[in-house]
Amino acid sequence: MIQALLRLLPYLVRVRRQLVLGLACILAATGLSLASPWVLKYVVDGLTTGVDRARLGVYALAVVGLAVADGLFRYLMRSYVIGASRQIEYDLRNDFFAHMERLPQAYFQANRTGDLMSRATSDLSAVRMMVGPAVMYFASTALGFVVAVAIMLWIDVRLTLVALLPLPGVTLGTRYFGKAIHDRFERIQAQLSDLSAVVQEAMAGVRVVRAYRQEPHELARFRAANDEYVTRNRGLIRLQAAFYPSLTLCFGLSGLLVLWVGGREVIGGRLTLGEFVAFGRYLVLLSWPLIAFGWVINLVQRGVASWERMLEVLDAPVGEAPHPAAGAIAASSVAAGRIEARHLTFRYPGASDDALTDVSFTIEPGTTTAIVGATGAGKSTLVQLLPRLFEPPPGTLFIDGVDVRDQPLASLRASMGAVLQEPFLFSDTVEGNILFGAPDAGDAADRRQRAETAASMAGVDADVRDFAAGYDTRVGERGITLSGGQKQRVALARALVVDPRILILDDALSAVDTATEERILQHLRSVRQSRTCVIIAHRISTVRDADQILVLEAGRIVERGTHEALVAEGGRYAEMHRRQQLEQELEHA
Amino acid sequence: MSTAVDHVAEDVLGKAYDARLMRRLVAYLRPHAVVVAIAFVAIVVASAVELAQPWITQLAIDHDIATGDIAGLGRLAALLLVLLLAGFAAEYVQTSILQLTGQRIMHTIRMQVYAHYQRLDVQFYDKNPVGRLMTRVTTDVDALNDLFTSGVITVFGDVLVLVGIMIAMLVMSWRLALVAFVVLPAIAWVAYWFRTHVRETYRRVRGLIARVNAFLQEHLTGMATVQMFGQEPRTLDRFERINRDHRDANIDSIFYYAVFYPAIEILAAISSALIIWVGGGWSEQGIVSLGVLVAFLQYSRRFFQPISDLSEKFNIMQAAMAASERIFHVLDTPPVIVGPVRSVQPTAARAGRIEFDHVWFAYHDDAFVLRDVSFVVEAGQRIGIVGATGSGKTTIINLLLRFYDVNRGRILVDGVDVREWDLVALRARFGLVLQDVHLFSGSIADNIRLGQQDISNEDVERAARAVHAHAFITARPDGYASSVGERGASLSVGQKQLLSFARAIAFDPAVLLLDEATSSIDAATEALIEDALHVLMAGRTVIAIAHRLSTIQDMDRILVVHKGELREQGTHQELVAQRGLYFRLYELQYSKG
Repeated sequence: MIQALLRLLPYLVRVRRQLVLGLACILAATGLSLASPWVLKYVVDGLTTGVDRARLGVYALAVVGLAVADGLFRYLMRSYVIGASRQIEYDLRNDFFAHMERLPQAYFQANRTGDLMSRATSDLSAVRMMVGPAVMYFASTALGFVVAVAIMLWIDVRLTLVALLPLPGVTLGTRYFGKAIHDRFERIQAQLSDLSAVVQEAMAGVRVVRAYRQEPHELARFRAANDEYVTRNRGLIRLQAAFYPSLTLCFGLSGLLVLWVGGREVIGGRLTLGEFVAFGRYLVLLSWPLIAFGWVINLVQRGVASWERMLEVLDAPVGEAPHPAAGAIAASSVAAGRIEARHLTFRYPGASDDALTDVSFTIEPGTTTAIVGATGAGKSTLVQLLPRLFEPPPGTLFIDGVDVRDQPLASLRASMGAVLQEPFLFSDTVEGNILFGAPDAGDAADRRQRAETAASMAGVDADVRDFAAGYDTRVGERGITLSGGQKQRVALARALVVDPRILILDDALSAVDTATEERILQHLRSVRQSRTCVIIAHRISTVRDADQILVLEAGRIVERGTHEALVAEGGRYAEMHRRQQLEQELEHA
Repeated sequence: MSTAVDHVAEDVLGKAYDARLMRRLVAYLRPHAVVVAIAFVAIVVASAVELAQPWITQLAIDHDIATGDIAGLGRLAALLLVLLLAGFAAEYVQTSILQLTGQRIMHTIRMQVYAHYQRLDVQFYDKNPVGRLMTRVTTDVDALNDLFTSGVITVFGDVLVLVGIMIAMLVMSWRLALVAFVVLPAIAWVAYWFRTHVRETYRRVRGLIARVNAFLQEHLTGMATVQMFGQEPRTLDRFERINRDHRDANIDSIFYYAVFYPAIEILAAISSALIIWVGGGWSEQGIVSLGVLVAFLQYSRRFFQPISDLSEKFNIMQAAMAASERIFHVLDTPPVIVGPVRSVQPTAARAGRIEFDHVWFAYHDDAFVLRDVSFVVEAGQRIGIVGATGSGKTTIINLLLRFYDVNRGRILVDGVDVREWDLVALRARFGLVLQDVHLFSGSIADNIRLGQQDISNEDVERAARAVHAHAFITARPDGYASSVGERGASLSVGQKQLLSFARAIAFDPAVLLLDEATSSIDAATEALIEDALHVLMAGRTVIAIAHRLSTIQDMDRILVVHKGELREQGTHQELVAQRGLYFRLYELQYSKG
């Protein structure tokens, strides 16, 4: 725990000025707020013994003056400390995201997005609560408590001891109830997600539910979950209903003791009436620190647990660093685009079978290679290894003669443009998406120009012009929904914009109709000559012009050659070719 | 035809009070009238106790301490003890009653909504995303809970305390009371100022945190693209910008809190100062007693809480009204497909004759998916339906089960129009096996018998044996009691398929509707499934949508659907001989090399 907390230190150091000033303000405010009951003592004592109007006026002004000064310092305290906590939250969130950007794809495969999200959100907020409000309340309450008790002891030791009698119950109570309430709350949340799961299941499977007439059964399942939810809530309610009144009761008892014992002391002349009244006020001031203590402890516990969960991500190793010696070679030479695989065998982390087995091939610069094969044959794996989204074993995959593992990630990926399977577009404008890889492309007109050129090459220009806001149309969640084919073509434009040496199309035109595809391929033919292309496709029409076609089956290359050669060979490729012809005929029936 | 799309927006807050909605909501309180009345009494008691404490201080100072009456002081302390205990009890009773009643009402509303979900048609689900429907029974109902527990009823308590304090002060000394009240409008104004600004900044912060989260979610999902294009630095830049906006909005909102609490303290201090200065003078003149003065100082600090609470209630009411509107909207959506008031019972107990009579159907407007389709399936006959994706095959099954109603023509099951059948009885004739097997969380046995308790364990096992599922089930540590995991995650596609066969067998339907799986399965499982299918089809009318023609080659008849029309029908041999669509499909699948 200490180890973990020490790692927060750099973040605290960055906002040290605010923290120090904040703490100073806490000192000042606490001192001032403890002074005002003392004025009250003078007032009451003055009134019992006789006092003039002017003096009362001074007291009155003192009360207001103290409150104003106290308020000022509290204002500053809050601004500094909570402001600092927001700054820390900001820094942490940035660092967290920056770290995730460097994590390899394998990490994202092994960890659910929802889980990472919760660390970046609710855990982060628990950490902030610990470094902000918890620190502030701890400092102000600890100080307030010590000073108030000291003053009370100074007024009357015996009365203080009596008055404090019921109060440890408050801190212990807050702590116990706080934890119990938190636990029960978690149990309720868990049940709520169960309840949601029941609903989700029945809604998603509504056809089965209706067909098998399971409505009453589903209702019964829901009722059970609903009953349990209420039961768990009842547990929380009982605690909460007892918690707050019992705090009130503790303070009430304390006040009662002061009234009874203190009243007797006043009667006995051992205590002035003013001291008696002031004492009561100090007791009231004491109530908040006592509640806050228990609360602060819970905040810190939660904060530490959350921070440890965040550290798990921050400590996850980032994508392998390139070999230091080889870095210079690759960076100095402009990539020609020659790709070579030598006995490449690859297995996904945690998988039990190889995704690729003993794959070897050479792709000369400026040529096009197509890869075909059934789903799961390993086609996408191959293209994910090229930009090192997953790490190939050393000595198996080379670009321009250099092992990809020895190339700096940035320059390696900069030499490639890829349209991955099921391309991902961001909720941004169409132009923003197309220029994703080249964001600094000159002025507005220039940028538009580049986006349009790429879009027309990708055959999506006409579609974009039909949108209400053209290239400024937002896509995704807050914008329009693109069809599968439009998405793919925008993604293609995005890959073309960066003018890559190596162009990778992973099933990039599967949702585009054949006529449009034909047109796009025409456009590409002109660009293709100057770069190396790797195309994965299911349609023969897409791949027939390739210089080389590789047929993958279960992770192995089973056939290779040109379209004509493979058709003549009469193997798997030829069979695929024949079936597609038949399908086409059927289509027109 | 109005399966109205749920158009009530998710996060629009409207009125805080709507009489029509309120009447409907209050109706839910009626069954709990007695306990709610008790809670009201408890609120009154709790408020009274809160008011009594400064009063007791006043009595102690002015009477017992002034006169040195130790016994009297003891009596007052005893009275205070009684009051404290009464206050504790009243608070406890009030909180627990209100919260528990709230829970009961939420339970009722949730059951109502969910029961209504079970009545609504498949088309309702086509139009409403599952996530939204779930929100209705979870988040929205919780917003209503706030209304019952901390909304309406505690407003009463706040008003009671505030009015009580004012009355107590007026009774003790009306003159000093008026002096103390000087700050009241200011407190009310500050509270109002704070709430409105905080509401505003809160909305801003919430909007920004939503953006931060959306950005995170999006870029975590699309991280491969970010990395592929080497856009990590720029993406981080953009994230920092959104993150900064969020930080700044939060820092702005600190201002309001930082001003609010001190401002209230200062106002309270002003009130105290006035009491000291004016009241002190009067005390010298004997117009007010010292005890009253001290009691006033205590009361003046208690103004604030109820005023601040009251302004907070507005938000709760607003959210609850919006939520209840959405909930009632669902409850008021009538199911489109309902059984007839007087259903016609077919004569045959278990037959299974099906007739499509010039059926036209469109999911939307007039985009017809089936056009003038007519065919008859005699009881016990097996037919296969083939055709390309989107040709309307699945629609035939949807219509038979009356998930939708035909636009024109009619569908007869055992001679009776499906619209005249009792819905439950109609669906009981059919067993449905979908290509995408839906499993429920629970055990394997649960997934075979579903909720049908009259299907015994022996029946379950017999069904599983019949479709060759017994072996892999018993190979699991808990056998039939093993849990299937989240949406059947631990089962292979083939195993899920076999389970759905077992389910259909256990229900023993007269007609089997089969939407055959397309996904490729390993050869061994494939053989098992082929064999299980034959067992499944024995002795029933079968309508099978086939993707593998091997399944249906020996069917009594094959229907070829193409672009919504029934283009060919006949046996495999007849259709092959015809050399039409079917022949070409057949060629596509079978001729190797």
